[in-house]
Amino acid sequence: MSTTWWALSVAILGCYAAKIAGQSVPQRFLTTPIVHEVSDALPIALLMALVAVQTFAVGQLLVIDARLAGLAAAVVALMLRAPFLVVVVVAAAVAGGMRALGWAT
Amino acid sequence: MSSGPGTAEAHWHVERRAILVNALGVGLATGAYGVSFGAISVTGGLTVLQTQLLSVLMFTGGSQFAFVGVLAAGGGAVSAVATSVLLGFRNAFYGLTMAPILRVTGLQRAVAAQITIDESTAMAVGRSVEHDDGHAARLAFWSTGLSVFVLWNLATLAGALGASALGDPRVWGLDAAIPAGFIALVWPRLRDRRSWAIGLSAAVVALALTPLLRPGVPVLLTSVVAVVAGVLAVRRRAEAA
Repeated sequence: MSTTWWALSVAILGCYAAKIAGQSVPQRFLTTPIVHEVSDALPIALLMALVAVQTFAVGQLLVIDARLAGLAAAVVALMLRAPFLVVVVVAAAVAGGMRALGWAT
Repeated sequence: MSSGPGTAEAHWHVERRAILVNALGVGLATGAYGVSFGAISVTGGLTVLQTQLLSVLMFTGGSQFAFVGVLAAGGGAVSAVATSVLLGFRNAFYGLTMAPILRVTGLQRAVAAQITIDESTAMAVGRSVEHDDGHAARLAFWSTGLSVFVLWNLATLAGALGASALGDPRVWGLDAAIPAGFIALVWPRLRDRRSWAIGLSAAVVALALTPLLRPGVPVLLTSVVAVVAGVLAVRRRAEAA
């Protein structure tokens, strides 16, 4: 089995374990204030880190390329309350367009 | 102003219809995420089968996007697994909220756990459980969860097959679709100054560590930012009390 398949299987099991744990464990285990606050902050930290890295990183290098224009377009679309698919398509179109025009790499 | 059994029944009929229509609407809206997930996953290097298995078996959007995002960026398998599982951790809290309302055991609980996600929980907790013993909340949970499950998976397949036909992702700007997908996922959570501070700190930490560590590890280490934020919040509340 390849590494990707192993990773896929373990990640799937891990995510299901979180779901079933919530349905099964006694309430007191997960309701301490600190666990609650951290789990509130966790998705924000991880998702924003992913935004930053996926916009600027190529491997371990930091670069500015058409993806930044795509991200800016996505933020504008979100501020205009566009639905998810529109946000993603607008970002891709702006980045692809800038490359086609030779304005960015 | 009598409220006989006939009135209650008519009222339930209207409420049930509204719940089912909402469930379908949320399912259709989530389908849009599913198309982008399928496309991003395949352009990131996973096969159509692997992409589809993620949607059937992992079935929690943020974790799925993170898993393929870290792998596509050249991150290691361990980072991809850890990031997606950490993001899926919030579903445990949704389960905690839903368990007393659902009151299921055995196989039913196993299925309920799988569809315990952002959407099904949000639609269920939006219903009052006081006057109907949680009847409406349960219907909202099951109908939304199943509607999202079916439409998310159909949309994943469409996106995955569509992207395999496209060719080089950079020409179409599909590499820019990945950060756009993540910012759209986090956007509803950036509701005050504190959440912006957490998010921007995490972004800065991740970028600062990128030249130093293997791809995937910097993102994972920003979970420390979340821990610090959590500790600070609890301490501040203790001081205020």
